[in-house]
Amino acid sequence: MDTLLQVKDLGFSYDGGHQIFKDINFEVLPGEIVCLLGPNGIGKTTLLNCLARLREPLHGSVLLNGADMADMPPRSVARVIGYVPQTLLPSFDYTVLEYVVTGNAPWLNTFEKPGPKHYRRAEAALEQMEISHLAQKPYTRISTGELQQVSIARAIAQQARLILMDEPTAHLDYGNQLKVLRLIKDLSAKGYAVVLTTHNPDQVLLLDSKTAVIDHHSIFHFGPWEEILTEELLSDMYGVPLRLIKVEGINRMVSVAPGL
Amino acid sequence: MLLLLGIFISLSLGRYSNDPIKVLNVILSRLGMNVPVDPTMDSIVFNVRLPRVLASVMIGAMLSLSGAVYQSVFRNPLVSPDLLGVSSGAAVGASAAILLGAGLATRQLFAFAGGILAVFITSLVPRLLRNRSNMMLVLSGIIVGGFLSSVLAIMKFVAEEQTELASIVYWQLGSLASILGHELLAIFPVFLVCSTLLLLLSWRINILSFGDLEARTLGVNLRQVRTIVIICASLLTASAVSVSGTIGWVGLVIPHLGRLVGGSDNTRSMPLTLLIGAIFMLLIDTLARTITSVEIPLSILTGFVGAPLYALLLYKQRTRLE
Repeated sequence: MDTLLQVKDLGFSYDGGHQIFKDINFEVLPGEIVCLLGPNGIGKTTLLNCLARLREPLHGSVLLNGADMADMPPRSVARVIGYVPQTLLPSFDYTVLEYVVTGNAPWLNTFEKPGPKHYRRAEAALEQMEISHLAQKPYTRISTGELQQVSIARAIAQQARLILMDEPTAHLDYGNQLKVLRLIKDLSAKGYAVVLTTHNPDQVLLLDSKTAVIDHHSIFHFGPWEEILTEELLSDMYGVPLRLIKVEGINRMVSVAPGL
Repeated sequence: MLLLLGIFISLSLGRYSNDPIKVLNVILSRLGMNVPVDPTMDSIVFNVRLPRVLASVMIGAMLSLSGAVYQSVFRNPLVSPDLLGVSSGAAVGASAAILLGAGLATRQLFAFAGGILAVFITSLVPRLLRNRSNMMLVLSGIIVGGFLSSVLAIMKFVAEEQTELASIVYWQLGSLASILGHELLAIFPVFLVCSTLLLLLSWRINILSFGDLEARTLGVNLRQVRTIVIICASLLTASAVSVSGTIGWVGLVIPHLGRLVGGSDNTRSMPLTLLIGAIFMLLIDTLARTITSVEIPLSILTGFVGAPLYALLLYKQRTRLE
């Protein structure tokens, strides 16, 4: 299958000197999920932002469908990559539908306004997220979990084939966390590639995905989770003892702390 | 429709005569119909009242629209063109032109340059302090506005008391009493071009109101769109203010009214805001010239009407503001 996103020797620095991370190489294929793990402040979100071209890398390049993203107009990048930020900070009370329809922006001219076709596309995205009932509600007055779904619906309306999510479960209760993971799994089954950051290694196991890890020596690891995640790596990365155990009955590996 | 009716009513009101039949007759006669005409009425309607009515409609529309745009772009429903210092910048520019004894074209140019410069400095301060919160922007506007009012005070201090100072003070209260047809012609192109551009960009302005990060991930050329939008809105305010002087409240209150009627989506609320602003200003200016035998400065009336109206709107929206 064709590579959707290819990251080559990527390095980033805020001040041009000290590099937050360097020598990052990996690929994302259509329909693939990649979980980005790492301790606090190691640069997970920064890396994600480099992939979305929200930040300029110090060196290296990001190829989108084989073309260097740095040479592409913002519109072309946005036609392929959707971004779901950790938190939305609503300023005006647009309705959910008015918000989701803005996903059409990269497909319209600067002076063009969305027509019936674009509203239908937004409605279809809401339907796919099973939140059609929210369409006419102000997006300032729905729950955090619903807001997360609305944000993903917009990426779908954007027709993005790669969706980047910055800690999509950060502000959600446990039930909603699992629902969002379920959604991510569904998206992947439909052919969307998803790259997300997370603080919970167990989510990688739940998603049964590839994983990218920046450990606390700023060394980058990438591959199927079975090859990357070890008790040693996890314990070292988070600075607390962690176990990887196969749980009989549910027949999957879990990442747990043995005790406090 | 409401606007056209308002224009007709306003044309009928004034010191000379308040007979709407006579007014209707002079209008019909100008349109080529054979009706009895009072020549004095004809002159009053077309040379005195009409420029003024058109000016109030245009200026109301300009101030309201630019207020709506500022609120969206700066993600803050409490921002008005005054708050960002555009009006005080324009005031300093216009006063400088008055002190230099310059004509309308120069005064308008100075007011515009002052307005743009003020909003530029205001938006620069949060960037320099690396704190781009809305609160910082509002504080920055207060700083720039405060500084400019001192500059204005110096200008008043050195101004010739009888002529220049009087002009500046009168200018600052806002009035359309001495409006002339060619002044209208000077700001009309600005009104036409900038309003059209802003209305065309109204959907992109929705996206700008989500903040930089979201706008960029939607592939919006942020700098380009925001620059066009801010320049247009500042140009509207600066031009309006250069003709009428400072008029408070309109740019803050009317956008709220527009959103209350049309919802937050700017593709609907911006045209509404423009229309409501036009009607509101027409009403205010008509009151200003008819209530008493002397002209009432516009800012006094917009304050008296606008402030309670704003309180009422906040009361209606109180649950949304939590």
